[in-house]
Amino acid sequence: MAKISYLQAITHALDHEMGKDDDVFILGEDVGKKGGVFKVTDGLQEKYGELRCLDTPLAESNIVGTAIGAAMMGKRPVAEIQFADYILPATNQILSEAAKIRYRSNGEWNCPIVIRAPFGGGIHGALYHSQSVEALFASTPGLKVVIPSTPSDAKGLLISAIRDNDPVLFFEHKKAYRLLKEEVPEGDYTVPIGKADVKRTGEDITVITYGLCVNYSLQAAERLSKDGHDIEILDLRTVYPLDKESIIESASKTGKVLLVTEDNLEGSVMSEVSAIIAENCLYDLDAPVMRLAGPDVPAMPYSPLMEDYFMVNPDKIEEKMLELLEH
Amino acid sequence: MINHEEVGLTDGDVKEMYRTMLLSRKLDERMWLLNRAGKLPFVISCQGQEATQVGAGFALDKEEDVLSPYYRDLALATHFGMTPLETMLSAFAKDGDIQSGGRQMPGHFSKKASNILSQGSAVTTQVLHAVGAAYKFKLDGEKRVALTTLGEGSTSQGDFHEGLNFAGVHKLPVICLIENNKYAISVPTRLQYAVDKLSDRAHGYGMHGEHVDGNDPFAVYGVVKAARERAVNGEGASLIEAMSTRLTAHSSDDDDSYRTIEEREKNKEEDCVVLMKDYMVEKNIAEESWFLEIEEEFKLIVKDATKEAENAPYPKAEDALRHVYEEVDNG
Repeated sequence: MAKISYLQAITHALDHEMGKDDDVFILGEDVGKKGGVFKVTDGLQEKYGELRCLDTPLAESNIVGTAIGAAMMGKRPVAEIQFADYILPATNQILSEAAKIRYRSNGEWNCPIVIRAPFGGGIHGALYHSQSVEALFASTPGLKVVIPSTPSDAKGLLISAIRDNDPVLFFEHKKAYRLLKEEVPEGDYTVPIGKADVKRTGEDITVITYGLCVNYSLQAAERLSKDGHDIEILDLRTVYPLDKESIIESASKTGKVLLVTEDNLEGSVMSEVSAIIAENCLYDLDAPVMRLAGPDVPAMPYSPLMEDYFMVNPDKIEEKMLELLEH
Repeated sequence: MINHEEVGLTDGDVKEMYRTMLLSRKLDERMWLLNRAGKLPFVISCQGQEATQVGAGFALDKEEDVLSPYYRDLALATHFGMTPLETMLSAFAKDGDIQSGGRQMPGHFSKKASNILSQGSAVTTQVLHAVGAAYKFKLDGEKRVALTTLGEGSTSQGDFHEGLNFAGVHKLPVICLIENNKYAISVPTRLQYAVDKLSDRAHGYGMHGEHVDGNDPFAVYGVVKAARERAVNGEGASLIEAMSTRLTAHSSDDDDSYRTIEEREKNKEEDCVVLMKDYMVEKNIAEESWFLEIEEEFKLIVKDATKEAENAPYPKAEDALRHVYEEVDNG
């Protein structure tokens, strides 16, 4: 098995599913001839034709809305929104339509679409190419929101998402695209949606996180392990619906929990994780739940010092871990 | 009204069209009565737009074509296969409601077996679903069309523009039918758009545009039939504007006070069901006895459907928890 990047793993998943199922097709801005602005869909139009890897007009509601129509008729569209920040014009189609089609038709119709979008900062993308938008969708029953943290998970979760019979939002951390590499199982490989994953087992504290922050947390945990600290890292992988069982199990085991997200602190996915722990683990806790997140400002600034100030990184996580360990 | 034979319709076709128009009207009128009697919380009407809907529906292939309708399309849905009982079960939000299992307000059509896509309440989203369905037909080389309908108010939404633009680019087999009843709740056309004819916007999307008298089912049939031909022959989408009349208030929660009594009275002169009957009498397509016969027939159908729906149980309270995601049977 060769090592491949997070980005290549996503391309492999798309290629695998398009090769296997003629109903799978891709649509989005610049996904065809250019192969995507990040090159995630590189080569797919050449292989599967213009209509199955379609360069759409610059209109996000159209991308998602037409994908919904095709999905209701039996296709399995994978829509790409070029940057997660630009998903907002399509939110009516996602929240009012995709999320509710199965429910409002009493299970007669369904909407098997995947909406992929690169999110996250640390790449000098400023306000409108850096945002974490998962919290906007992570309180909408009917949707599934998936955020992989490793190349293997990216491949396995995307294949699962394409085969899922309900709408899945699939957010890819753009800084992870070329930063993360590992050996990824070849061919047909799935990772279940809705299941969190313990990326590192430990006894002293639990860090619950997702996306690029998983890698950052692992780095920080590795450093602290040299001083004998034993840190558990739970990767949510699916941020909606949450894997409550795994959250409760890990929080109860260590009794000390740090929640890490790159999103703004208030009202993030972690606010819900915190509520789950408060409701279920109070008597197992040895310290208040601690959070590390972006500041409550509208979005990530461009200038490097301000960008670094906003971003979560291994140093900030290590510092918070120590604070919790010493509590 | 144009002569029905001009567009290739037989006397038998005309009778069938009238039957669907009248049945839909009777169902609609009964729902208003039930609302005013306190038995239904809400009604939204097709009254005055039956000619447009039945004319359009008649031009399609019910087995192959797909509808992405809007909330006034009772006559269109009825033509495509929504039964009076299904309409009443939905109106009463009772168990067995095919459209939504009692979840949605009435007028939110859905029936998979009749190729009617599920609708929400946010307007114009359905246009993109029709365009997406049409893209599927293109991908799979199928000779089918998707018809979407909307009020003229919905043409102000972004999804209208985005959908028609995409349909134009790919010459998709989709027909976008504006049922222009001149009011979006209370807002008249002069405050909704500045063009003379909304169908002129077709030029901007590189597609065929057609403006038609929506109170004339034969004229609507003719233009939709031609649009369907173009669509399945790879000649692309059509934007059709049918000038129609809203005979009721927007809904049972609206008092229509923004229209003068004179205007509302004058609208009755354009009642397409009355005009259709006059035409049929004038052309000797049906005898008075035939009209009396179907009046009686529909009275019974509507009565029975109402009674059965009224007596049906509600869905169970805990059914509110079902069908959020695919229900996988692990047993």
